[in-house]
Amino acid sequence: MYRIIEKQDLAPAIKLMVVEAPHVARKARAGQFVIVRIDEPGERIPLTIADHDAEQGTVTLIFQEVGKSTMQMGTLAVGDSLITVAGPLGHPTGIAAYGTVVCIGGGVGIAPVFPIARALKEAGNRVVSIIGARSGDLLFWEERMRSASDELIVCTDDGSYGRKALVTEPLREILEQRPGEIAHIWAIGPGVMMKFVSRTTQPFGVPTTVSLNTVMIDGTGMCGGCRVVANGGAQFVCVDGPEFDGWQVDWDLLLSRLQYYRPQEQEAIAAWQRGSCHAEEATA
Amino acid sequence: MPKIIPTRTPMAEQPPAERVRNFDEVPFGYTPAEAVAEAERCLLCKRPTCIDGCPVHINIVGFLELTAKGEFRAAINLIKESDALPAITGRVCPQEAQCEKVCVMARKYEPVAIGRVERFLADWEASQGDLSVPDLAPPSGKKVAVVGAGPAGLTVAADLARLGHQVTMFEALHEAGGVLVYGIPEFRLPKTIVQREVNYVCSLGVSLVRDFVVGMTATLDELLEDYQAVFLGSGAGLPWFLDIPGENLSGVYSANEYLTRSNLMKAYRFPEYDTPIARGRRVITIGGGNVAMDACRTALRLGAEESIVVYRRSRDEMPARLEEIHHAEQEGIQFNYLTTPLAILGDDRGQVTELECLRNELGEPDASGRRRPVAIPGSNFRIPADTVIMAIGQSPSPLIPRTTADLTTKRDGVVVIDEATGKTSKQGVFAGGDVATGGATVILAMGQGRTAASAIDEYLKTGVW
Repeated sequence: MYRIIEKQDLAPAIKLMVVEAPHVARKARAGQFVIVRIDEPGERIPLTIADHDAEQGTVTLIFQEVGKSTMQMGTLAVGDSLITVAGPLGHPTGIAAYGTVVCIGGGVGIAPVFPIARALKEAGNRVVSIIGARSGDLLFWEERMRSASDELIVCTDDGSYGRKALVTEPLREILEQRPGEIAHIWAIGPGVMMKFVSRTTQPFGVPTTVSLNTVMIDGTGMCGGCRVVANGGAQFVCVDGPEFDGWQVDWDLLLSRLQYYRPQEQEAIAAWQRGSCHAEEATA
Repeated sequence: MPKIIPTRTPMAEQPPAERVRNFDEVPFGYTPAEAVAEAERCLLCKRPTCIDGCPVHINIVGFLELTAKGEFRAAINLIKESDALPAITGRVCPQEAQCEKVCVMARKYEPVAIGRVERFLADWEASQGDLSVPDLAPPSGKKVAVVGAGPAGLTVAADLARLGHQVTMFEALHEAGGVLVYGIPEFRLPKTIVQREVNYVCSLGVSLVRDFVVGMTATLDELLEDYQAVFLGSGAGLPWFLDIPGENLSGVYSANEYLTRSNLMKAYRFPEYDTPIARGRRVITIGGGNVAMDACRTALRLGAEESIVVYRRSRDEMPARLEEIHHAEQEGIQFNYLTTPLAILGDDRGQVTELECLRNELGEPDASGRRRPVAIPGSNFRIPADTVIMAIGQSPSPLIPRTTADLTTKRDGVVVIDEATGKTSKQGVFAGGDVATGGATVILAMGQGRTAASAIDEYLKTGVW
């Protein structure tokens, strides 16, 4: 059992949890993920490690309530436990001194890009970060990102906070206005965002790393459900990734595979909401 | 001279039409009277061939003789001298290719149903209450890490605990049992039986650490700082694909994924359990082994109108247990023999619609001794399907070799061992089961586990590598 020792609401439907998992915290590095399970009937959910503290033996997880499992996870409180936290899984980010780098976080993707930006800055890079969300209330960790960056650009799709733009717009300006300066780009966010970041950077020839979040069960190379086509062949996100060269990813295939369980997800949400309504009636 | 009874005592089972609608075990097992009757068919050969047909050399004639006399307790204890998990091997061993193949009766009649009697004895023992815990040797003060709580790891852990060593099993998944829980379906091996055997191993004082992915959570070298020896029984979990067009379309599964969803994650009980699985109407399974049989029969139970097997050789070459093929045929699985998949076709949403295939004929035997399938040019045809399951084999996960510098593996990731001891290239590390064979049987994994356990005991006592 892995106890939840801290919980925060970062934005509507985006929650942070600090969980006791010393075996993971001891080894975790930027870019890696864990698999969690809420309860016995629960599915195995891959979540990127947003932060970790080896001394305290904790990992910080940030998730968006998009399906039944994450909605249910959002109802857990400090003192409750997760029954599975396995990891750290996946290759860590290749942290090195590149020069000037750009780190892009979109929506809940701000959480996993933060430890990467921080590690890159600690490694001596000049870090330019771009964070974005649909609207201002969905943004979080602006100050943390500012502390890990030399420059921070904040944008929202609707202009309710920061600049009214998609993250690709300031990115394109940087690449156009500072030719030759940017050595590497990291982008984490929704699949569509990573697809268009990769399209934006390719003409400029600046290597672009994305972190993929696909359907997954074990997270150790066993099921192959997470496979994507990248680098000319099938790759397993869990053991070959989660980071890939964004130019090499077959984005349309990835996006269509993410839709596969959509009907069952809707069914699960409906069944769960019926169940939790009944529970509320019973306690009322 | 005992009386010859030419045919086997039948074992009652769920009728096919009924069982395809549930996940309950197919055979009911022998009654005591049936077990005795079947054991009485044994000729009690003076020089029995069956024992050498068994990978762990169970004293088969001995336990059949005791069973025939009704001495079930003595019979099961005799089996357990060589086989720690008889309820499991009685159900999943390919007996027709091992002990029953070389049974003297098989020369003219049906062989003694050794597996069925073994299964009966194990279930009989369980029905008598908790499994008795044998005497343990005094504590040796030595610590051993067992990586993977599957058939090989459970065997090693049990053997070493009995010898007085302090054993910790590290399991990557959230449940112990390995392929017995994620791979083999409930209708072939009820999970309560696996749980019973895991509980037995833990009752010997073995610790079980779940959610611990060796290679990631800790490396082999880190384990060796705390443990004097490590047994690597991490299985062969990395599924193979055919590398044909369309393999990454939605609706294409590895058998590992399909079976793990259904068995370990209980997707067949969705939405009571959270993990979803495709409820295909027309499901094609590619392959001819036990895993393929498990997948195609699971598809039927998940509601498929048609569950179709595509196999490139003929029925005679199928590596699956005969009983599984027989059960699959009874249940209405359609078999397309001598058929090679060429491509998977999909619609504009990236969803599988058809499998394009080529017909084969059988040619000369290949390296495996089986007749090689030879394609018939121009024989292309298509089978409509909404789900395709790849059950063509697997190899060990790369996680441990790639984080261990001095562990020698073959090109497919199979860990190289000394067959007589299970020793790997790395001092203090032994291996067995699918990680060392690339994918074989439960009984072979247990046999290698037993061999390694005695070599580990020797190493811990002498310190000599």
